[in-house]
Amino acid sequence: MPDMNMLKAINNALDTAMAADDKVICFGEDVGVFGGVFRATSHLQEKYGRARCFNTPLVEQGIVGFANGLAAQGSKPVAEIQFADYIFPAFDQIVNETAKFRYRSGNLFNVGGLTIRTPYGGGISGGLYHSQSPEAYFAHTPGLKIVVPRNPHQAKGLLLAAIRDPDPVLFFEPKRLYRASTGEVPEEDYQLPLGEAEVTKEGDDITLLAWGAQMEMVEKAAELAEKEGISCEIIDLRTIVPWDVETVVESVLKTGRLLVTHEAPLTGGFAGEIAATIQQRCFLYLESPIARVTGLDTPFPLTLEKEYMPDHLKIFEAIKQSIDY
Amino acid sequence: MSTTKKATIVHTPSFMDGDEFRVPIFKLLKQDGTTYKNAKLPDLDRDKALRIYRAMLFTRVLDERMLAAQRQGRLSFYMQCTGEEASIVGSAAALADEDMIMAQYREQGALAYRGFEVDEFMNQLFGNDRDYGKGRQMPVHYGSEKLHYMTISSPLATQIPQATGYAYGQKMAGQGHCTITIFGEGAASEGDFHAALNMASVHQVPVIFLCRNNGYAISTPAHEQFSADGIAPRAFGYHMKVIRVDGNDILAVYQAAAKAREWAVENNKPVLIEAMTYRLAAHSSSDDPSGYRSKKEEEAWRDKDPVRRMRLWLESKGWWSEDDEKQEQELRRREVLEAMKRAEKRPPPDLETLIGDVYETPTAQLVEQLEQLKAHIRKYPEAYPKGAKSLDAAKEGNENA
Ligand SMILES: Cc1ncc(C[n+]2csc(CCOP(=O)(O)OP(=O)(O)O)c2C)c(N)n1
Ligand SMILES: [Mg+2]
Repeated sequence: MPDMNMLKAINNALDTAMAADDKVICFGEDVGVFGGVFRATSHLQEKYGRARCFNTPLVEQGIVGFANGLAAQGSKPVAEIQFADYIFPAFDQIVNETAKFRYRSGNLFNVGGLTIRTPYGGGISGGLYHSQSPEAYFAHTPGLKIVVPRNPHQAKGLLLAAIRDPDPVLFFEPKRLYRASTGEVPEEDYQLPLGEAEVTKEGDDITLLAWGAQMEMVEKAAELAEKEGISCEIIDLRTIVPWDVETVVESVLKTGRLLVTHEAPLTGGFAGEIAATIQQRCFLYLESPIARVTGLDTPFPLTLEKEYMPDHLKIFEAIKQSIDY
Repeated sequence: MSTTKKATIVHTPSFMDGDEFRVPIFKLLKQDGTTYKNAKLPDLDRDKALRIYRAMLFTRVLDERMLAAQRQGRLSFYMQCTGEEASIVGSAAALADEDMIMAQYREQGALAYRGFEVDEFMNQLFGNDRDYGKGRQMPVHYGSEKLHYMTISSPLATQIPQATGYAYGQKMAGQGHCTITIFGEGAASEGDFHAALNMASVHQVPVIFLCRNNGYAISTPAHEQFSADGIAPRAFGYHMKVIRVDGNDILAVYQAAAKAREWAVENNKPVLIEAMTYRLAAHSSSDDPSGYRSKKEEEAWRDKDPVRRMRLWLESKGWWSEDDEKQEQELRRREVLEAMKRAEKRPPPDLETLIGDVYETPTAQLVEQLEQLKAHIRKYPEAYPKGAKSLDAAKEGNENA
């Protein structure tokens, strides 16, 4: 199996999807000749022609509106939004159109073929407009699936599943890991299931739940905790909507403790949703309150980014607090 | 059905394609510093001409130095105005200094013209404790209340309809001020651009829309951005006056913008200016243009350098000399380097700035989050050198008090 970084794995997934199905069409700002500002679509235009991989004008509402129409027609658009921070001009097309296409037509029409890929998250000195994690806005809209990979192998398998899923999928790519995360990725076509979390490490004392780039933070924190004799179970949620309640419940019933972490601000973040569900399902088994380690309730800073980030040390402290509760 | 004008009735199906609306390019100054025959030159005296030139030259020097600093790892990111100095400085110079400027991110020349000081540039670039933006935004996101320069926002085109609104307020205030908003030909594809022009026209607003058509939006060439004859013809759809100007021609830009301002303020009407220019530098310090355009194309535009063109004109008037040029360049370089050293040494913004300005006063939740953060940083000071520094400074301050 070749070693790839996450960008290569995403590029490889797109290549695989385009080779397997003529209906897959990739577009967005700078994705053509240039292959995207992060190079996730490198060489796709060369290989599949300008009709199937192209630059769009600089207009996100146009990109997603166009993609909605193209998906309704039966194609499989994979639209790139250059940064998740710039998805908001397309908010109306996503929230009122993509999400409700099937429902409002009584399933006469749907845009299930649509995938929107976009890099999210901080840790790259991007300041307030190149760092946001907007997953919770979309999680609040029924009709959208939301997927976040943690490493190259996951990225390829989940992206292929997203492109082929019968519902529209928002695919948030942790850009901090684009080049930093490398690993073995199969050359062949494979899919990983949507809607299923994965227990990446088993443990007894506390369940740590994360997705995307926060998985790295959680793993580091777990190492620190292990040194203090705390055994951590780690779960990668992978799909935020629909999320895998059963896997998390099963783990918390065993450990009696849960910590959820995301980079997005605390208030209205998806950790709140998870905490509410888990306390309902596991109330009598909980040994301590469910902990949330998240970004502050502020926009994303620049100079004080390190201070803002819910890093491994903050998670480690929260683990200890939960254990000592 | 309703249109503003009474329609002519025809009885054969005739489609129009807009090709009859080809917008000419206004030029006054040739590349060798001479002017076109019959060209009616703007009324630019020596002092003003030199103020313009010095701002253009400073912008060039600043951009060269800061890109070099980025390459040395001293700065996280940078964007150059290089090649577009005449469009930016020339239009700013045609305004009253109290008129509002709402720019995109590549317009530092306008700030330089207005008198933003070299330390003010550096403090923003290094996001230190003296940065007006409190170290929150990436480099080049300048803002200055006293110089009427709205703080830059990265999401493209958002400032364009805001400029329409700002200028509407200026019209209501009745002090004869207007707003100029500056944006790229790429940003002009956003819905916000169209909303802005339509509203400005409907509500009769003194706003100048200045599009810098520099040929590229990152890697996307203008011909993949639109298939029409550039941005200028869009004005017709909104019943707005428009002029297209050679953006590397300081005299033409200045005159076009001066007339646009006069029209806008006297009539409370918007105007569109399309400045034809070229982004000589990479999109940003993160970009490498060799993947999407040729050296030959870049060279052809380097020959149309707006700074050199103005210099040759100034020399022909006897207002500038080779010696002046040398001295000015050296002086400005030294100023930039010294200011950079000062800015680098300054401390980061105070930890409190993390929760400031989210609301007018921090909420109870934010205050609590900051307290938790402080306790955490005290526990791991080495992991958060900037936050720890700020806590130390606060402690010293208390002890001294
Ligand atoms: C809404 C939004 N979408 C995408 C981006 C990413 N982006 C930053 S600059 C840029 C290109 C802008 O091109 P143009 O408007 O022509 O200005 P230029 O860089 O040429 O001065 C893009 C796509 C952004 N900042 N905001
Ligand atoms: Mg441009």
